Amino acid sequence: MNHPTEEELVLYHYGDAGDGTGTAAIDEHLRACQACQAGLDEVRRTLAAVDQLPVPDRGDHYGAEVWARIQPGFARHSPTWRERLFPTLTPQRLAWIGAAAALFFAAFVAGSRVPWQRFGVAPAPPVAQTPAAASQPTAADRERVQANVLLMAVGDHLERSQVTLSELVNTPGGPEVDISDEQQRARDLVSENRLYRQTALRTGEPAVASVLDDLERVLVEVANGPSTMNEAEFDQVRKRIDQQGIIFKVRVFGERVREAESRPIVRAGIRG
Amino acid sequence: MDENDARDVAQAQAGDEASFRRLVDRHSRGVFQLAFRLTGSEPDADDVVQEAFLKAYRELKRFESRSSFRTWVHRITVNCAYDLLRQRPRHRGESLDVDPSGGQGGGIEPEAEATAWPDRLAFGAEIQSRVRAALDLLTPTERTAFVLRHFEGRSLGEIGKALGLRTGATKHSIFRAVQKMRRALAPIVGQSAENTGRGLRQLQM
Ligand SMILES: [Zn+2]
Repeated sequence: MNHPTEEELVLYHYGDAGDGTGTAAIDEHLRACQACQAGLDEVRRTLAAVDQLPVPDRGDHYGAEVWARIQPGFARHSPTWRERLFPTLTPQRLAWIGAAAALFFAAFVAGSRVPWQRFGVAPAPPVAQTPAAASQPTAADRERVQANVLLMAVGDHLERSQVTLSELVNTPGGPEVDISDEQQRARDLVSENRLYRQTALRTGEPAVASVLDDLERVLVEVANGPSTMNEAEFDQVRKRIDQQGIIFKVRVFGERVREAESRPIVRAGIRG
Repeated sequence: MDENDARDVAQAQAGDEASFRRLVDRHSRGVFQLAFRLTGSEPDADDVVQEAFLKAYRELKRFESRSSFRTWVHRITVNCAYDLLRQRPRHRGESLDVDPSGGQGGGIEPEAEATAWPDRLAFGAEIQSRVRAALDLLTPTERTAFVLRHFEGRSLGEIGKALGLRTGATKHSIFRAVQKMRRALAPIVGQSAENTGRGLRQLQM
């Protein structure tokens, strides 16, 4: 046989060179060809070097640590939690969200800094900053409170979105899958999401707007799709959500918002 | 499936948290090991472990005892890590192709060679830092496919299923992973170095 390719040698090493004849032919060739044998040796030395990379041992208590971190998340499936996080989206509630977004927008127009920068979601904005509010601590305090209100609202929104999508992809399969519950929530989340996304766009926060945009596309798809489907159709929906990595993205982003929310500087604003 | 696992899974499926906790106790170290190999980062691996067990808890009702709990939770771990890898910016180790002798993180001073054989520990550390950088050159798909084949001993079929790849693409991903590492590590393993000294001189050229 001709010299096997590099790919064939690597696969041969793992026993994946194909059917028996492929492996046998390479066996035979290797016995006769020093160059290929040397190539295979090098592959094996490479892999031996990779094997030297140590894996940290987390120790006997690791299970307890992991448990301590995940256990609070279990409670999220209790009805009380659901009631807390999924109040019906009343007109009042929508109005309140709109007001929070408007406050946020106003604060930005007034020339103060936008809070997103504090949690590193967006790069520092270009030079066109007007530091008018800097000399007025009370205005700055007020802005922090407003920003915090919005951060809390966005944080809640992201958490609800994440949970809704997680529950959706984890819906048990079967001949007929019913997602009407998640779908209703997705519809509510779409309206909220649109407000936040528009605010982010208006305030020149493309990174924020882009995450919300990705989220909105998925939410709209769920909201407008069928509420019951067969297992194959549902699998497709689940795959699309998985492929976009949106749940992970929203979770990471939500955590950053939560972090920004809990920073002392923001709390000081509330007290002042 | 392991008898203890089977019992704990059944009880956890019936809503018993303590049983699930025992599953976490028994499997978290192994899951961490896999997550670390896939992500190459301790904090990322910790995140993946948490996410995997949380997901396992939420999907437990869907788990059927056809496979072992270990296999199942490892499969979830692979999905979580793969998602994370795809989200994570790739930034490390890019200089390897350009400058194979670049002294990143090795900590071996040039004059050391002239005076004495460096101790094996230092050489080991150099290899490790290069292997780490080499692994960082892999795409998420290549890295995951390689770890599953090399460390987990999964079949091509299983890997293809986990990553949504046909067999040919799976084979190619594994090959690309090994090929990239072979190039990146050539300065160390490229020659048949009978002793570490010759290998080290290669490093310092
Ligand atoms: Zn040959």
